[in-house]
Amino acid sequence: MSSTAELVLRPHNQPNRADQACRPGLHAVSITLDNVTKVYESQSGDEVWALDRLDFAIDAGRFVSVVGPSGCGKSTLLLMLAGLIPVTSGMIRLNGEAVTRPHPQIAVVFQRDLLLYWRRVLDNVLLPVEIRRWGRSKFVKQAEQLLDQVGLTEFSHRFVDELSGGMRQRVAICRALVQNPGLLIMDEPFGALDALTREQMNVDLQKIWLTVANTVVFITHSIDEAVFLSDRVLVMSPRPGRVLLDLAIDLPRPRKLNVRSDMRFVGFVDQIRRVFEASGTLRGE
Amino acid sequence: MPDADKTSRSCAPQRDGAGAKAQPVAAATGPRADLREQRERRRRRNRTRAVLENASPFLISALLLALWQVIVPLAQVPQLILPTPLQIIAKIGKSYPLLLADTKVTLLEVLYGFIAAVAVGIPIALCVFYSRIFAKSIYPILVGLQTIPKVALAPLLVMWFGFGLVPKVVISFLIAFFPIVITTVVGLSGLDREMVYLVRSMGANEFQTFIKIRLPAALPSIFGGFKVAIALSVVGAVIGEYIAAESGLGYRQLTANIQFDSALNFAALIFIALCGVITFAAISGLERVFVRQP
Repeated sequence: MSSTAELVLRPHNQPNRADQACRPGLHAVSITLDNVTKVYESQSGDEVWALDRLDFAIDAGRFVSVVGPSGCGKSTLLLMLAGLIPVTSGMIRLNGEAVTRPHPQIAVVFQRDLLLYWRRVLDNVLLPVEIRRWGRSKFVKQAEQLLDQVGLTEFSHRFVDELSGGMRQRVAICRALVQNPGLLIMDEPFGALDALTREQMNVDLQKIWLTVANTVVFITHSIDEAVFLSDRVLVMSPRPGRVLLDLAIDLPRPRKLNVRSDMRFVGFVDQIRRVFEASGTLRGE
Repeated sequence: MPDADKTSRSCAPQRDGAGAKAQPVAAATGPRADLREQRERRRRRNRTRAVLENASPFLISALLLALWQVIVPLAQVPQLILPTPLQIIAKIGKSYPLLLADTKVTLLEVLYGFIAAVAVGIPIALCVFYSRIFAKSIYPILVGLQTIPKVALAPLLVMWFGFGLVPKVVISFLIAFFPIVITTVVGLSGLDREMVYLVRSMGANEFQTFIKIRLPAALPSIFGGFKVAIALSVVGAVIGEYIAAESGLGYRQLTANIQFDSALNFAALIFIALCGVITFAAISGLERVFVRQP
């Protein structure tokens, strides 16, 4: 794999681009979905259409959220993007190259942090480096920097079960970022956190992303969270999942917590909510 | 100087919590003093409780032994039926070289049996876990064989392997093997699917998945199996010695019976229990070193 070697040699930290326009980081990748369909077949032979002809492209360095009701195939989309399960028909491309199995440029953050309780925080962050055999020692410094960015420096040698839920999810994000992924896929990463922690995590994630500048596909239930974080929000229909609305969020960055009371923010949220109401996902009154 | 004074004054309420107007140091009354007093009381109570808890097994044992020592002569139970603790201790003092030699024999049988059970049980568990065919074909046979009482095999094993070490090791192995297989399979199957997705997304192959997550996640369960197995290994070895042997603690009990030497019988019993406790403690020690509990 030539891309693996490339990834190691690449400078680990992109220049801070918080003050710049949203320009993609050096290694951000673009993704294209061509009529991607996923049909599960149950043992009795019933067909379940999880996703129906998804057809869109994501430019390199964009933060894109996918919102939709439970069971609309969001998680299926995640697993296919990560190359973990095959598509039934159509094709997913990463920088033009078909994704058929896990790719060194793609990292995933799941809803549960999935930390290994028998490892310390730093060792958890370095897990992907070990698995990819990139040479642990070369990445220790970067792992420590990442932990520093999320405020966990003094916890790096603790076992993970000594950490709170929010801290654990931060570690999981560091573990994904230590691979310098061109594409970061996040599946409701803050779904299990309390509301206040969740808002804090949104701010922190934006801050980290502005320095890393990779492509992010962020799957969530929360309209608020999607609008706050994203350059673009894809609204999905109930199963079989299709894209109902493709909304560009052109609020300036870095966004502060109080952007939520901005009239344009409220307008975006309202627009998405109305699509959910029209599709029957939300029922007013 | 005035600056420093100001700083310390402005810090004081913060250090003491909101609303604490009392001087921070050496206050005889107020919340701080109350807290200190409560802490002190709690510490005293905890210390007393810890001492009591740690001493309780010894106290209870001593009490029971004392009762035994007093009641047996009072009830005029003959020594052949039930010797007193002091008689047993005296017996141990007199014949401990013999008992230690027997212990060594029995311990070796236990260890060999247990090691064989691990060496065979873990690979079989892996086959059951990774191969559906194996799980469907061999597993039911294993379970079926498990229903045969191992004691029932002992006479056959003596016929096949003679009076030496081997039949005892085999019984010990057979009896310890099954819990190791079961707990290993259960431990490996317990890993959730997302965890596998996670390491797969990092490019892990099945071997790496096994080494990095399956095995470590299964270790608590596997060690649970080891603990059951080592205790059963002792049972297996002693049963083997009952059937046919020339040394070992089980054999010592038989000869003591023939000689109507109940004190020696009890002494051997104590050493068998010690074998169990020591080997169990060894496994627990390994577990503490190598396994972090979830």
